Amino acid sequence: MSAIDDRTRTLYDKLVDAHTVRSIDDSHVLLYVDRHIINEYTSPQAFAGLRESGRRAWRPEASFAIVDHVNPTAAHRTRAIADAEAARQVDYFESNCTEFGIELVGVLDARQGIEHVVVPELGIALPGMVIACGDSHTTTYGAVGALGFGIGTSDVEHVLATQTVVYTRLRNMRIRIEGRLPVGVTAKDVVMTIIVRIGVAGATGYAVEFTGSAIDALDLSGRMTVCNMIVEAGARGALIAPDSTVFDYLERRPRAPRGNAWRDARRAWESLHSDSEAVFEKDIILDAGEIVPLVSWGTSPDQVVAITECVPDPALESDAIRRRGMERALEYMDLKSGSPIESVRIDRAFIGSCTNGRIEDLRSAAHILKGRKVASHVRAMVVPGSSQVRAAAEEEGLDRIFSAAGFEWRQSGCSMCLAMNDDALAPGERCASSTNRNFEGRQGRGGRTHLMSPAMVAAAAVAGKLADVRSFDQD
Amino acid sequence: MEPLIEVAGVAAPLPQANVDTDVIMPKQFLKGITRDGLARGLFYDLRFDSAGRPREDFILNQSAYHDPAILIVGPNFGCGSSREHAVWGLKQFGVRCLLGASFASIFQDNCFRNGVLPIALSVDQVGRLQGICSDPTRNRLRVDLLHQCISAHDGVTMSFDCDALRRDDLLNGRDAIASTLQFCADIRDFERVHWASKPWLMPVRS
Repeated sequence: MSAIDDRTRTLYDKLVDAHTVRSIDDSHVLLYVDRHIINEYTSPQAFAGLRESGRRAWRPEASFAIVDHVNPTAAHRTRAIADAEAARQVDYFESNCTEFGIELVGVLDARQGIEHVVVPELGIALPGMVIACGDSHTTTYGAVGALGFGIGTSDVEHVLATQTVVYTRLRNMRIRIEGRLPVGVTAKDVVMTIIVRIGVAGATGYAVEFTGSAIDALDLSGRMTVCNMIVEAGARGALIAPDSTVFDYLERRPRAPRGNAWRDARRAWESLHSDSEAVFEKDIILDAGEIVPLVSWGTSPDQVVAITECVPDPALESDAIRRRGMERALEYMDLKSGSPIESVRIDRAFIGSCTNGRIEDLRSAAHILKGRKVASHVRAMVVPGSSQVRAAAEEEGLDRIFSAAGFEWRQSGCSMCLAMNDDALAPGERCASSTNRNFEGRQGRGGRTHLMSPAMVAAAAVAGKLADVRSFDQD
Repeated sequence: MEPLIEVAGVAAPLPQANVDTDVIMPKQFLKGITRDGLARGLFYDLRFDSAGRPREDFILNQSAYHDPAILIVGPNFGCGSSREHAVWGLKQFGVRCLLGASFASIFQDNCFRNGVLPIALSVDQVGRLQGICSDPTRNRLRVDLLHQCISAHDGVTMSFDCDALRRDDLLNGRDAIASTLQFCADIRDFERVHWASKPWLMPVRS
């Protein structure tokens, strides 16, 4: 705790210090977890472990449980799930939450959705919190100034039993993005640019703080996209110092503090930033004006090109392991180096996920789709990030734009981002996708994923092939 | 958890970079409510073709490597999803130690928590061990956690670093939750102070 009084702490250091129950050794602390988000697929063995050892939940009201990974997203929603294994997982989840006294958002709940979309929209994630969840994309909460990180099932059990984790302190990285994003360039392109720049392990062992005028200018949804997907560069924590964008977003959310408590909290939150003399072990600077719309071509989130570029040539890669990875990816993706990425024909289009399933994402896609039709050979789906996103979109008439264009308007969930439910690519199918991982088989065995922004997915759906959103009207 | 002091056995080189947890344990094996039955799912799409037949060219399907205790892996092994099922599958398959240049952070934590030892070595050291163990007649290694030393064929040895706390937990087979609960009074004291200064952080039952 010796660093507390000096003026060189990062926001990350401050949050770790403020949640340190006790130090364990030079590199580990017992870290207090303010909120624990639980899902149906990474928690069953944790609850079973508690039961076997006769332990109770330490602070059940600090946990919040949401069904999101295995539920179907067909337009007509039912409690019954045809897939027997998924149904058993949901049933077990419900009975565990009841037994251990944990609030549950079930399949038919009006708040149901992807955990990382639902938690901010309910105002559960607040600036200055530490939030853990058995899901890697928990870094999303950095957008509100909360330290969120993914944990495995053993640690889900550990948090349930103790409300803490044995935590390894990370190093600090700052990524500064200055300037204005060009038209047609989104937060998704920002984070994909960063992943290409630093590599898929570039932030392993680090917490990343995003700063700069381009970050300040992003709305909260865009900030969540950036914090969410930086985990694909290995980051176990992401932060953006909370500002009026965050406070305006949170005010009057159902679980946010109210009245005097809101005023006190807001005053405290205004001091949540890195000191001017804070030390970052790595400092990266990007010019927002140079970022362009991107698409992934391979099976790793750093295998990415500008939409105007060609599929790269492994022969030009000097590193042998990287070259073999590229060759393998080209084979899996059935692409030829040197061919323009814009010529690549798609079979499917998917808009959704915790990276890009919020109302702003749906608006940006609908903007491209208005008055246009999905190419006849493409099956296109929208899976809103939450039931509340879906309802808001219907209120605005976005559902009618999607439906008129030929997109299926579906219920919320993780869906084809990881294809644990019945939404999946068939072998060989190629998908333009607003999701976060283009791994082999991620969206279905043998399926081929191209990652891009939701507007770029809409453009690709219309063109029937990967397409440059900037060639569409941007009025 | 049973203590882990030493791992000795066949070491299979798996040099591919960025092997993600979707590849280690595909989605169709994630719908259980227990840890059981995951050996079958390990590297499923690498081990089996679309008709379910073993792929002869995959190293774990070759007779000299079908029962590995150790994998010598590529950089950034275990990236992607937090699914601990990947580690449960490795352990049920018999793998107790991973040697590689780097591991993804959540995956690495999951390994330590399940008695699977992830050891980070230099790229050169990993390459050297992969080279030795690519020869089926020289593919056995001994990894001694107590003395932090790896012994390969022909008297080759190398030392390794290991997080002291995690090492101690493994050597003693410690239950992490029981260890933490020794500090339950500290946790209660922390909560009192934390919520007194920041009352909006106190969880309330809805």
